[in-house]
Amino acid sequence: MAMLSFEKKYRVRGGTLIGGDLFDFWVGPFFVGFFGVATFFFAALGTILIFWGAALGGTWNPWLINIAPPDLSYGLGVAPLAEGGLWQLITVCAHGAFISWALREVEIARKLGMGYHVPVAFGFAILAYSTLTVFRPMLLGAWGHGFPYGIFSHLDWVSNVGYQYLHFHYNPAHMLAVTFFFTTTLALSLHGGLVLSAANPQKGEPVKTPGAEDTFFRDFIGYSVGTLGIHRLGLLLALNAGFWSAVCIIISGPFWTRGWPEWWNWWLDLPIWGN
Amino acid sequence: MAEYQNIFTQVQVIGPPEMGVAGVPGHEAELDRVGHGRFSAFLGWLGNAQIGPIYIGSLGFASIVAGILWFVIVGINMLASVDYNFAQFVRQLFWLALEPPGPQYGLSIPPLNDGGWWIIASFFLLISVMLWWLRSFRRAQALGMGYHIPWAFASAIWLFLVLGLIRPILMGSWSEAVPYGIFPHLDWTTAFSIRYGNLFYNPFHALSITFLYGSTMLFAMHGATVLATSRFGADRELEQIVDRGTAFERGALFWRWTMGFNASAEGIHRWIYWFAILVTGTVVDNWYLWAVEHNFAPSYEPALGAGGFAPAPAATPEIGG
Repeated sequence: MAMLSFEKKYRVRGGTLIGGDLFDFWVGPFFVGFFGVATFFFAALGTILIFWGAALGGTWNPWLINIAPPDLSYGLGVAPLAEGGLWQLITVCAHGAFISWALREVEIARKLGMGYHVPVAFGFAILAYSTLTVFRPMLLGAWGHGFPYGIFSHLDWVSNVGYQYLHFHYNPAHMLAVTFFFTTTLALSLHGGLVLSAANPQKGEPVKTPGAEDTFFRDFIGYSVGTLGIHRLGLLLALNAGFWSAVCIIISGPFWTRGWPEWWNWWLDLPIWGN
Repeated sequence: MAEYQNIFTQVQVIGPPEMGVAGVPGHEAELDRVGHGRFSAFLGWLGNAQIGPIYIGSLGFASIVAGILWFVIVGINMLASVDYNFAQFVRQLFWLALEPPGPQYGLSIPPLNDGGWWIIASFFLLISVMLWWLRSFRRAQALGMGYHIPWAFASAIWLFLVLGLIRPILMGSWSEAVPYGIFPHLDWTTAFSIRYGNLFYNPFHALSITFLYGSTMLFAMHGATVLATSRFGADRELEQIVDRGTAFERGALFWRWTMGFNASAEGIHRWIYWFAILVTGTVVDNWYLWAVEHNFAPSYEPALGAGGFAPAPAATPEIGG
């Protein structure tokens, strides 16, 4: 049950980081491990706290549920549960769940003889989340600078924080992040399209080889990064998107407090322009 | 603990350059490729070191010429806007623009200095992009491959056409189009969002962002999985599609054990293909008020928001959608 035809021979013991054989088993398709238990604990507790916060909020409309961080007056202190304390506990649970999930990926990678690229990549996503909810609030001196947990309330937060800096598109790190997001998507569509077009060729044609893939891209743009290189390129682009997203928000406030359009004056004021 | 992790190419082997596979019947003679293939050790760290040969052909040539014309027209207009002062052109480059015509011209042809050059430049850009699309189609055809890349490219062109052609025509004015320029197109984006209340409340914008972030997440997952199983040959994806081996068995089990679900070697490429393609847009005059009306805009404690976001729905003259 829940086992793929080739799966049995891969289900070996070992590879765990903590707990030895204690949690070294599967539930259905899921590997458990110590970090599976930890993930379940933090995810379940965090979800319960979210429902608690929703119950206090007066609406069960999923678009409107909003669990806000503490008021700025609490600084970096602990707030009462109904005054943002729930947000603080949920943030702790989210970190516990995300980091446990990453370490569980490490254990699974070790079982399968794989590299650690996936948990490292996930680490960049966790870093971006921590930047928003922990590092930037700490640098600004209040948990109230974290973003609220709610579907449209977090979009309002993004909008409002953006306009605090007048025009966030002028943030140079935001420019890089957006460029990386778009470039990642471009590269992704080209990779997916190329593999599908080689595996599903025109009627009557045999399935194509990597040689045909390389030929298509060299004919098309003069360069083919290759079957291995595209995965390095894609991972690099995707991680940069997450990394520069984190940079663009951590510099807004802690390191630059004015409008982002003004930041570019250093370029206009360089002493090299004459007159 | 020091185990092999595939990050970059440590040893580069250089052989004779690959000149490309032959075209399918009817396209052999067409594949007159230009160049002999050169090698770049810098590119070789990441992927293939070989650059070229390239197929230019008449479509490619015409597309490049039209693209250069667009680029030069935009550049000379920017240069003219600083009185042909080259130092000021470099200094103000990010601020300079070739703006579309003003709203008083509607869809008519304005004087050259009042948006006429924008129309001419846009015409050449349209020609360039469309010819490049045809080229992507013809290159796939010549090698007997599927048309997945041209159709993916078409989805990007759809957004380009909506922004610069379809929406301005529907709105009855070229002034609705996006200006050419680094900061000016960012100004256009922000002004567009504010004009419609808050574009984050546009459900299609929300979907589009979800697929944009989803695409980035999927490429990180897919790229990382293939690199992590590369010592089992995971980069040979086409072979894994037709004859699954241990590389993709391990990659699949990694995700099955992690999140209870996995794709196949071919299936993952269908996932990423559709995630990357799903981009869209629509027309409602104020998305924030639309959200208020349909009861999914949150309200806040008075200290946070009273009157700070937008008027109450009753005060609004018209709500589309």
